Amino acid sequence: MNISLTRRYRFSASHRLHTPKLSEEENRRIYGKCSNPYGHGHNYVVEVTLTGPVDPETGMIANLAELDPFVQREVIEPFDYKFLNEEVPEFRAQVATTENLCQEIFRRLKSFPAARLERVRIEETSKNSFEIVDEREEAAK
Amino acid sequence: MIRITRKIEFSAAHFYHNANLSAEENRRIFGKCNNPHGHGHNYALEVTIAGEPDPATGMVLDLKELKDILQREVMDRLDHRHLNYEVPELAGQIPTCENIAAMIWKLLAPKIAAGKLDRVRLYESPDLFADCTADAANGTGKRT
Repeated sequence: MNISLTRRYRFSASHRLHTPKLSEEENRRIYGKCSNPYGHGHNYVVEVTLTGPVDPETGMIANLAELDPFVQREVIEPFDYKFLNEEVPEFRAQVATTENLCQEIFRRLKSFPAARLERVRIEETSKNSFEIVDEREEAAK
Repeated sequence: MIRITRKIEFSAAHFYHNANLSAEENRRIFGKCNNPHGHGHNYALEVTIAGEPDPATGMVLDLKELKDILQREVMDRLDHRHLNYEVPELAGQIPTCENIAAMIWKLLAPKIAAGKLDRVRLYESPDLFADCTADAANGTGKRT
C-alpha cells in the first residue's frame, strides 16, 4: 500500500491566451474568446499531492503548518488577484494556459523539503482540470 | 478492468498529541490540533474496488455487500467516536488523516471478496485528503 496526502488551495487571477508569435487572426482562430484583448479570469483550485513515509512521531507525511505557508509564499501570494501574463514573469515568454500554469506551479513547489511532490492538479473551472505527475511516478507505473 | 467507488461519511473527534514529546514540542508541531479537549470533523470516505464484472451479474462487487462491509468495518468503529480513545486499531498512533486512511485500508483489504481494493481516499475536509493505493506488485494500483 502506498499513501499520499493532498491539499487543495485556491487563487483567483486573470489571463489572456495570446502569443505574439502568431498573427491576430491565428490567435483568434486558436484561442477563441480566451484571446480577447483585455483578458478574463478564473477561480483556480490547485491540488497539491505529496508522498513519502508517514513519520511515526507525528503520524504525518508532511505537516500542514509547513506546507501551507510554503504554498502561500510560492504560489498564492504571487498569483492571487494578479494578471498572470504581466505579473508573473514566467508568463511573459509563454502563454498562460493552464497546462503551462501546472508546470510552473510544479516547478515552484517541487523544492518543498519535507516530502516529495507527486502531483499538481489545477481546476481552471468546475469543468476543466489539468494535472502534472512527477515523471518518476509515471515511469514506475 | 472496471473501478467502482462507494462513498460514506462519518463524524468523529480527535486531537494530536505525542506523549514522547514535551508539551511545548506538541504545541509547536501540532498547533491547534493539540488542544487536549479535542475537535471534530465530518470525514468523507471513498472506497474504490477494481476488477472485472462477473458475467452472471454484471457487477464487480455487489454494492450492497460493499455497503455492509463499510457499515461494519468503518461506520460501527468510527462514527460519532473519539478516535484517540475509542478505536483500538489506532492505539499508539496519532489519528491523522494518513494514519486513519491506512487503518481503513488494512481493515478493508482482507474483506473484499470480489475484485481488489484499489484506493481508499479519506477526506478530513473538502480541502484535505489522504489516498492509499495498491502496490504495483498487487496488481491494480499505481506505486510510488
